[in-house]
Amino acid sequence: MATTDAPPAPAAAQRSRSRGRTLWLLGVLGALAALMFASITTGSRDVSWPDIVAALSGSAEGFDQSAVAKRIPRTLLAVVAGAALGVSGAVMQGVTRNPLADPGILGVNMGASLAVVTGIAYFGLASATEYVWVAILGAGATAVFVYTIGSLGRGGAAPLKLALAGAATSAALVSLINAVVLPRADIADEVRSWQIGGVGGGTFDSVTQVLPFVVAGTAICLLSARGLDLMALGDELAAGLGIHVAAARATASLGAVVLCGATTAVTGPIGFVGLVVPHVCRLLVGVDHRWLLPFSALGGAVLLTAADVVGRVVARPTEIDVGIVTALIGAPFFIYIVRRQRVRSL
Amino acid sequence: MSVSPLDSAARGRALRTRRRNSVIGVLTALIIVVFAMTLMVGQTFYPPGEVVRVILGQDVPGASFTVGRLRLPRAALAVVAGLCFGLAGVTFQTLLRNPLASPDIIGISSGASAAATFAIVMLSLGQTGVSVVAIVAGLLVALLVYLLSFKSGVSGTRLILIGIGIAAMLDSLTLYVLDQAASWEFQEAMRWLTGSLNGASWAEAVPVSVALLGLGSVLLSQSGGIAMIQLGDETAAALGVRVDIVRLIAVTGAVGLIAFATAATGPIAFVSFLSGPIAARIVGPNGSPLVPAALVGALLVLVADLCGQFAFDTRYPVGVVTGVLGAPYLAYLIVRANRAGNSP
Repeated sequence: MATTDAPPAPAAAQRSRSRGRTLWLLGVLGALAALMFASITTGSRDVSWPDIVAALSGSAEGFDQSAVAKRIPRTLLAVVAGAALGVSGAVMQGVTRNPLADPGILGVNMGASLAVVTGIAYFGLASATEYVWVAILGAGATAVFVYTIGSLGRGGAAPLKLALAGAATSAALVSLINAVVLPRADIADEVRSWQIGGVGGGTFDSVTQVLPFVVAGTAICLLSARGLDLMALGDELAAGLGIHVAAARATASLGAVVLCGATTAVTGPIGFVGLVVPHVCRLLVGVDHRWLLPFSALGGAVLLTAADVVGRVVARPTEIDVGIVTALIGAPFFIYIVRRQRVRSL
Repeated sequence: MSVSPLDSAARGRALRTRRRNSVIGVLTALIIVVFAMTLMVGQTFYPPGEVVRVILGQDVPGASFTVGRLRLPRAALAVVAGLCFGLAGVTFQTLLRNPLASPDIIGISSGASAAATFAIVMLSLGQTGVSVVAIVAGLLVALLVYLLSFKSGVSGTRLILIGIGIAAMLDSLTLYVLDQAASWEFQEAMRWLTGSLNGASWAEAVPVSVALLGLGSVLLSQSGGIAMIQLGDETAAALGVRVDIVRLIAVTGAVGLIAFATAATGPIAFVSFLSGPIAARIVGPNGSPLVPAALVGALLVLVADLCGQFAFDTRYPVGVVTGVLGAPYLAYLIVRANRAGNSP
């Protein structure tokens, strides 16, 4: 054809791009479905087909069927939590214009954990809804704290300073959690899940508790998508294009904090999902946040479900908490990004 | 009569040396006081006379066991571990020219503790074996971080960030190992992970002391070079420092200190992070910060352990107390930087 040498017309590029996105969308959805299926059918106990089918249709007779019945809410929780963490990470990277931002690395999840643990130990919190609200408060406070420390001095919130501030704050928060928990042997077992993140304790109740918050947070983030796109051009340019930068940034951050706070209230601190997923999704669908955010949700769900399945399969007959698996997968990815980036010298 | 500039420069230097020496003197005195308090105070109070007699080797009923077997090794371990953490921390912060780049943030402590936990829980090694494994692991992690951050030269920024990534990975491995161990209660594991002097004995204190003597003197012999590297690699090289060699010796020595101390006490949170900046604040820009930072480290651990044992209703391990100090320190960084408008 004569047109092969000429650059494709913008409209054609647009079309091929959106066809690519649709294909990727189908691919990711397919992967998610397959992983959810794997998550329900595999685990530390081998269960026969008839039992799986029976459990899926609501029966819970015998160990095998009840094991499968327990895997269903767990899978749903992994999907919801993964989606929330993925979107939260994408928004944090957008807001801070920092490729290393992630609710785990920035210490925000740990802040949410500390808030929940403190609430249980001193204020007698007992209901899941209270956990969620308190966790969101803790996450918000930590986000503000870390961002303030990280953007001190020359150069603003450079990747290095934010990551260091997050790591140091995380370490301090872990000590605070220990200080709260150690004297209280009575609550030690109860709060363990806020020290290592996992979805193993997921029930239908916990999923329904966290779901409204995840939906609300995702909605806020999606509404900020255009603002995030414009902010990527730089604050001055975004302001020139008619965005109220401070307000847009605050709104998007609120959405991200609600997402990771609510998730942490149920699963405990899970890191690196919010780091890895947006980077991969950017490779698949580009930097447009209106595409990136939904894809990050799906990608996060895929990653967390996969990590949960892996954690159950590799360590039979016990399991590895998903928070540990994501750190083992995510940290090498973090290192890869650092190496690929042209890091500004000190 | 006017003072010649040469004269006033010499006088300024003498003044600075005097300030540094007096700071070192005061810190040492404080350490001795708190050390003595640690020996005397507890469930039973022993007057100084009895404590001295125990130290001199006489047999005092009751005190010989409580002071000689329990409190003395604990206090000694607190001092030597604190010295190790402080010295190693300030070495890293100086070499990397960043007050936040201490070994507990960039993965060295995490490597040593991951290996130590593995050796304790899975291999049931004794104290010496644990120390050896922790040291080898600490050095390997340091080497790994260095190699991974090598990309046509090593940039300090990249090294710190990669260290954070490695630390996250190793910490989760440690959590996993501890969580799997049936013989360790999860909370007990968390206690070890924040650093604790509980159950300290001479078997722990002696290897750390030996390491401190050996590696510490190596580090101090390089203090001039380390201080020059802080000015920038090129400047140091121009001043005649063999930057690569000094850095290699200093990093190896610091990693060794961290590993020995971590194997004995667990990674006592934030001691290596806090000691350097605190020392720099007290001493000011007067010569090498190594000795003051080491002393601040020892004082921190001693005081924090004393507080952890007796200041609250519950006995907190020392690492929880020092770790909690980290949060206000970060807040202090904000306040100070807001006032001065400089970089943290």
